[in-house]
Amino acid sequence: MFTDLKSAVRPAIVMTLLFALLLGIAYPLALTGIGQALFPAQANGSLVRDGGVVGSTVIGQAFTSDRYFHSRPSAAGKGYDGLASSGSNLGATSQALVDRVKTDIARYKTATPDRPVPSDLVTASASGLDPHIGPEAAFYQVDRVARVRGMDPRQVRSLVAGSVDRPLLGFLGDARVNLFELNRRLDAIGAKQAR
Amino acid sequence: MMTLQGWLLIAAFVGILLALTKPVGLWLFALYEGRRTPLHTVFGPVERGFYRLAGIDPAQEQGWRRYAVHMLLFNLVLALFTYAVLRLQGWLPLNPMGFAGTSEHLAFNTAISFTTNTNWQSYAGESTLSNLSQMLGLAIHNFLSAATGIALAFALFRGFARRSATTIGSFWADMTRVTLYLLLPLCILYALFLIASGVPQTLAGSVDVTTLEGVKQVLALGPVASQEAIKMLGTNGGGFFNANSAHPFENPTALTNFVQMLSILVIGMGLTFTFGKAVGNTRQGWAILAAMLTIFLIGVTITYWQEAAGNPILHGIGATGGNMEGKEVRFGIAASALFSVVTTAASCGAVNAMHDSFTALGGMIPLFNIQLGEVVVGGVGAGIYGFLLFAILAVFVAGLMVGRTPEYVGKKIEAREVKLAVLAIAVLPLVILGMTAIASVTQAGLAGPLNKGPHGFTEILYAFTSAVGNNGSAFTGLTANTPFYNGLLGVAMWIGRFFIIVPMLAIAGGLAAKSHTPETAGSFPTTGPLWTGLLIGIVLVVGGLTFLPSLALGPVADHLAMIHGQTF
Repeated sequence: MFTDLKSAVRPAIVMTLLFALLLGIAYPLALTGIGQALFPAQANGSLVRDGGVVGSTVIGQAFTSDRYFHSRPSAAGKGYDGLASSGSNLGATSQALVDRVKTDIARYKTATPDRPVPSDLVTASASGLDPHIGPEAAFYQVDRVARVRGMDPRQVRSLVAGSVDRPLLGFLGDARVNLFELNRRLDAIGAKQAR
Repeated sequence: MMTLQGWLLIAAFVGILLALTKPVGLWLFALYEGRRTPLHTVFGPVERGFYRLAGIDPAQEQGWRRYAVHMLLFNLVLALFTYAVLRLQGWLPLNPMGFAGTSEHLAFNTAISFTTNTNWQSYAGESTLSNLSQMLGLAIHNFLSAATGIALAFALFRGFARRSATTIGSFWADMTRVTLYLLLPLCILYALFLIASGVPQTLAGSVDVTTLEGVKQVLALGPVASQEAIKMLGTNGGGFFNANSAHPFENPTALTNFVQMLSILVIGMGLTFTFGKAVGNTRQGWAILAAMLTIFLIGVTITYWQEAAGNPILHGIGATGGNMEGKEVRFGIAASALFSVVTTAASCGAVNAMHDSFTALGGMIPLFNIQLGEVVVGGVGAGIYGFLLFAILAVFVAGLMVGRTPEYVGKKIEAREVKLAVLAIAVLPLVILGMTAIASVTQAGLAGPLNKGPHGFTEILYAFTSAVGNNGSAFTGLTANTPFYNGLLGVAMWIGRFFIIVPMLAIAGGLAAKSHTPETAGSFPTTGPLWTGLLIGIVLVVGGLTFLPSLALGPVADHLAMIHGQTF
């Protein structure tokens, strides 16, 4: 047993250091170099600039103004905190969950009464940074957004319809609407009309 | 509602994995045999250089005791290395966010967690760890704990395959070859695919955003893709970010999600073929895989059905549809349910949805998967050697029924093997239930759960199950970054890994020394549906039965409350 242990000391220490250099330093740095060279946009977070950085196409933002299509509730920090990704972790029988959903439903009902609220609109995502809502949840908000912006609801509806991402190959991923992109298109139309 | 689209996803997933099983298994078989591969041209010099510097002769094989001692000491040194990196983080470079070193108990827990392939995380990555800690402190374990697992599986295969032998291979050669000729090259390609799909790979710490509503949002960045690739392929599961594979920067699209799920199981499934090949009859491997996939599909069906049906309490207050709390829209319910079963069937523990917010029974399946010992495909290496322990029990039970000395793939299974297999299998219920009991009655333990009622108990049970099972996923509502949980869970992870490995290596050594017993007309056939059925029965009864009372107190009680509209 003791000779077994003694014979293990040098390989254990040396292999730890060598693999640390190869896997802990060389591998990630090499990939950083290649990634930055081949895919600079994605490697830096798929950022969108308009003057300064206004967002990332893959990360959700808090949209709470009635001028915008609202995003889902978020448990990341105080909401869509990019330094504190998190779900709510509330279980199916949690009173806190029921209270939160009730409050959100009541808010939507005052703006859009007599239609059931799609559940993704009143449930918190896993990351707290979900960039999407489902098409139903987007169409549900069309009337409100059109009213507040003074736009024709048909125009807003066709904007949403044009923003729906379909499942890849018909089965990969649910149909969804990227809110950052949809709301930017809304703003772009608003800016054009203002001119 | 379950949809055709959802079932198409599940069918495509299983179909692609089955198609990959043989090619991956053959590649692993080449490494098992120590054959030269095309990649030797690239990494061969690295391999030889490492051996020379470390004073290793790759041709010198080890008996099971020496194999175990070398493996254990290597893992101990690795754990100490990471402990030091985490504690010294504040003084080390590549720390753009200026994080201080972690507490003693968090460093202890995390070092063990990553060494044991568990990747339980008591911390949130983006607000705790520097880029250097992620790369150097953690990602090396993602490679080496996976390579160790595969090396151990190779050792056990040799036990079955060899006749009257005194050695079971060289730990150093197995571990190094798996890293250099399988994990590293695959990860390079995989990480590039992830970067192209939107996973960041930069040394920057964060970027400031002014949102469309004019609010400041800071996005954490880092070398994510390089870590993400090995996190999945090595069934580690430790995320760069707190939200793990639910975070859009770790898993930005439905396609990356699909590939992530495939990459959790692909090596584990390949190893079933490698086993068959090693013992000279590939049908032995397919029989094992058939048993694994049957249990897998039952789990997927239950979780998908429950999540798609949704939460009746929320339906009652006017929210329609399936259970979307804790799920991402881009994946949807089917891919979230499938991911949860995949990650717990293997000892991965990555999550793309929050298991804590699943329906009661939907969340019970991931828990039960881990309690079975993660032998449904399982972690890389750990899955197949865990399953073979059950196979030893199964032939023993079959032997009792027909009154013959049990044999398995040409080896007599005798009292020593059965005792050691039971010893290894008993670790799980003993430690999980024992520690859950302690946490359930002490103040420090009861301070942990976020949810009240039976769901709070399930959070504690899941934590210890995940730790001992070396899974690492969590009902993340539990506040675990405390001396009590960090300490106890750290011990649980160490026991859960090495108290199974050492008896397993002892079995490997014992089997290798035996001569070959040729199959006769009286041998119990270990291929075909009868054997597969027996395996499923043994896994469910021996692995699962001890946990039923704890499941009744947690998820089952929670489910009854849910359907009667009771909240806590």
